[in-house]
Amino acid sequence: MNDKALSVRNLCAGYHGTEVLQDISFSVNAGDYVGICGPNGSGKSTMIKIILQLLAPTSGEVSLLGTPQASFHDWHRIGYLPQGLQFFNPHFPATVDEVIRLGRLSGKKFPRRFNRDDAWAVDRTMEWMGISHIRGAMIGELSGGLRQRVLLARALVNDPALLVMDEPTTALDPETRESFYKLIFEMNREKQCTVLLVTHDTATIGKYASHLLYLDKKVVFYGSFDDFCNSSEMTGFFGEHGQHLVCHRH
Amino acid sequence: MNLNEMLSYGFMQRALIGGSLIAILCSVLGVFLVLRRLSLIGDGLAHVTFGSVALALFFRLHSVYMTLSIIPVVLASALGILKLAQKARIYGDAAIGMVSAIGIATGVMLASVAGGFNVDLFSYLFGNILSISSSELAIAAVLFFIVIAGVVMFYNELFASTFDEELAKSSGLNTDRINTVLVLLTALTVVLAMKVVGIMLISALLILPAVSALQIAKGFKTAIVSAAGIGVATVICGISLSFVMNLPTGSTIVLINFAVFLCAFAARTLLRHS
Repeated sequence: MNDKALSVRNLCAGYHGTEVLQDISFSVNAGDYVGICGPNGSGKSTMIKIILQLLAPTSGEVSLLGTPQASFHDWHRIGYLPQGLQFFNPHFPATVDEVIRLGRLSGKKFPRRFNRDDAWAVDRTMEWMGISHIRGAMIGELSGGLRQRVLLARALVNDPALLVMDEPTTALDPETRESFYKLIFEMNREKQCTVLLVTHDTATIGKYASHLLYLDKKVVFYGSFDDFCNSSEMTGFFGEHGQHLVCHRH
Repeated sequence: MNLNEMLSYGFMQRALIGGSLIAILCSVLGVFLVLRRLSLIGDGLAHVTFGSVALALFFRLHSVYMTLSIIPVVLASALGILKLAQKARIYGDAAIGMVSAIGIATGVMLASVAGGFNVDLFSYLFGNILSISSSELAIAAVLFFIVIAGVVMFYNELFASTFDEELAKSSGLNTDRINTVLVLLTALTVVLAMKVVGIMLISALLILPAVSALQIAKGFKTAIVSAAGIGVATVICGISLSFVMNLPTGSTIVLINFAVFLCAFAARTLLRHS
């Protein structure tokens, strides 16, 4: 069995001649919780989009769950939660139930019909996340926190082996954010789901993630938190920012 | 004139059946197009249809062959809009505008050069469902089943990519293929709708039942079903009213649709405040 959830080798990417990612290499073991941080424009979101095949790299290789990306078809084993829906229309006429069920499409062959197993998976996920009571509500009528919870349920409805999140709590208040991250942490522990979390919220990384990937167009640091905490050199390099992470870790 | 008498006319029966089939297609596709902010693609393709009709009249094609001959032109134009938007680094609305202008310019140019078929061309601009022949109704029925089969087969994929294209793509769905299917089905529907409301008002039949349904729908499936219901009801009312009161059919259908939209909007506002 291959226990690598993700492997990135010599990845380079750019837009209109500007290099955004320079020779990125790292690998993530199954069950790890990796927090990805870095300054604005450091290439975090670009890297996530390349991993999910939403963007093409200029060079380099990505392997997902032990399979090279080019021949990877098990997209149902990967859950994705973006920062917020790109062009979200608050009047979109979809119920919570319908939105979560969409997550089940990825594992299906054309014409991608839903069956009883899908209904059962949706029920189970909603129950686990405590949102069964809003199953008939319209997605646009929910608060930002509840809406992100519904989108998380959509990402988790297939019991993914890898969950990728790109700044999922930007629009949430601190209390909702905390309960959101607790849920992710529980899922990582209980279901051994590998988590990749892009965030500026360094306190969260310090508190919940097992590994830290610090990007600034290239990999500045990648390793376990223990390594990071024990490295006075790294703490010195990151200055107050690094200190902040360490403080929240302990 | 009573209902039985009105329904005893063969042309009324054909108009009501053909109009209802086309209303279902326009309303169902309209929900996807409106939510994807592609409402005006119907308008653009209608203008291409104008150019294609002028071309068919130029070659003096019979009305049955005309429908069949303009389908490939409109399908190719629909693909052209997609490719322009994807490859030529221009926004979708600009691509629609370009193709639309070419359609109108071609139509006007041919009408001017050939002369003599302006009356026929203008009858297509405003449509006349009451003149639909049995063979045209048969073509409409066949195209109806093709488009409905396409929507049913791709329903979940269309829903997913309408909800959020990036999320759909990250689930491994081929969103380029889904977009192509949607514009091709729309192109077929536009050709059919030309007979009901005319080229000038096709986009109204695509947009109005959908936006009315979106005021009151409580879910995606209910939005689709409500839009189809509103589309059929307004087309039947419009055809009947225009026949009884001797009004232009296409305009009557569009104005009834607008009245329904106002009622749906008022109902939504009242419900929100109650």
